[in-house]
Amino acid sequence: MTDRIFRARHAMGRTVRGTALVANDGFSARYDLDRIAGTFSRPAHKLAGQSYVGKILVLDTAKGGVASAWMLHEMQSRGIIPLALVFNSVNPILAQGAAFGDVPMLAGFDRDITAIVSSGAEIEVNPEMSTLTVIAG
Amino acid sequence: MKLSDEEQDILAGKFGSLPQQALQHQIKVGDFFGAADFVPVSQAHIMADTESLGEAGVIWLEGLASIAEGQLGVRVPTITDPRGTDFAYAAYLGQTAGMVDLERRAIAAFVKLGVTMTDTCINYQTIQAPIYNEHVAFGDTGVVIYSNSICGARSNFEGGPSALAAGITGRTPRYGFHLPQGRRATLKIRVESTPDTLNDWGALGGVIGRLAGNYWAVPVIEGVEGTPRSDQLKHFGAAMASFGSTALFHIVGLTPEARQITDVANADLPLHRVTKDDIDALQKSYHKDDRVDVVVFSAPQLSLYELRDLAALCDDRRFTVPLLAVTSPQVKPDSDRMGYTARIESAGGIVMSGMCFYQSYAREIAEAKGWKRLVTNSAKLVNILGGYGYRPMMASMQACVDAAVSGKLERI
Repeated sequence: MTDRIFRARHAMGRTVRGTALVANDGFSARYDLDRIAGTFSRPAHKLAGQSYVGKILVLDTAKGGVASAWMLHEMQSRGIIPLALVFNSVNPILAQGAAFGDVPMLAGFDRDITAIVSSGAEIEVNPEMSTLTVIAG
Repeated sequence: MKLSDEEQDILAGKFGSLPQQALQHQIKVGDFFGAADFVPVSQAHIMADTESLGEAGVIWLEGLASIAEGQLGVRVPTITDPRGTDFAYAAYLGQTAGMVDLERRAIAAFVKLGVTMTDTCINYQTIQAPIYNEHVAFGDTGVVIYSNSICGARSNFEGGPSALAAGITGRTPRYGFHLPQGRRATLKIRVESTPDTLNDWGALGGVIGRLAGNYWAVPVIEGVEGTPRSDQLKHFGAAMASFGSTALFHIVGLTPEARQITDVANADLPLHRVTKDDIDALQKSYHKDDRVDVVVFSAPQLSLYELRDLAALCDDRRFTVPLLAVTSPQVKPDSDRMGYTARIESAGGIVMSGMCFYQSYAREIAEAKGWKRLVTNSAKLVNILGGYGYRPMMASMQACVDAAVSGKLERI
């Protein structure tokens, strides 16, 4: 089953299990989200129109500005937030935001994680072990 | 992370709970990126508009401010990015009393923490530009990329909570662009057409940002002719940071770390060529309508020279749609004093200060004002506003002013 366990170079937060929402696209809370509705709102985003609430987002890279550092905390206060964030490549803002907003995060894999995990798959994010495990799907 | 004796004392709470909490946050981030230790910083710059903070963020700030009473707040000069409103125009923009109240509460908390409310994203043009090799903890991505690239300073993107933590502890985790190896180029760009207008410089930055693709990529750029002005590089860098999450670029023969390409780049870097067609294509891709609801000059805030140029374009014009120009609280009094504000306003425009359009509840403004089709000369602004429900379009400053007169954007 080792082909269903993927190790990340960077990890933070607590272990969670949930449904993956996956795209080979970027992520910025300011640029991409309708944070009131809990959906991706930038028309050009590959997840446009989809709800991210309670999902484990698996995306390529962190994008855009510094606002996400505050916004994850604000989203957490209302419960309109992804369960965890997984990136091929992360920037400091998302890491700072995850630390401030208490959002589990993994980043930095040897393979393109967005090509490995499918949307709808059940996955586990275990920051203590720095692993992403595909449970089903 | 390896902690100094002083840092261990901070962590143990010997200096109070404020620096203790700040350092705990910084250690989480430093550990995530494998930072070996902390590096002292001389300045911090906080992005903290209340649309981003929400009430939860303001309550958190007020909690810190209550701890800070009677204690030292920030220990190095710590300044602020644009606020979420210009109080003089909040009602015009349709901002609610709740939004304005939240802004006032955030400002009161920052002041208690000893933060200097500069409310600007062009501090490198107005407050104090960092110098070569100066380690800083700057917030706004446009500020970071300009400071790193043009000034040769050392900063990562520091989000609001982290920049405030750096101001409180006077240090930041040493990773990323604080390390010499993080500043080496990772891709080479050959610019085949040097822009002139600010929108073309912004579009060029956007194209390169997309090519760079992530925060850790560092473009080294060849082929730039002449010596660009600060405002041109401001738009260039802000757009690159926005489109690519890029924090550092080098221009061979211009920026301080790249007197020659071998100073920053190995010979085997991937090469990308960027043409005039690429610059035009990015801008045309946003031109999806001909009608215009509002014209906005913002992101970054306008310098005195930009306002001077805008004022000249406004003479003897009469706008049929709103035109907003946003600048810093430092530039606005000079714009007033030089008569630029009056010339822009006599055509029907408005000059705001201390805010930035996209950081000021842009979605709620769109709904309150019925603004959807927005024209700007800022590549950064068009990149951001799509997610806020706008149909943003890009044009030169001249074409933007013409659009404010006619209500239509001419095809280029």
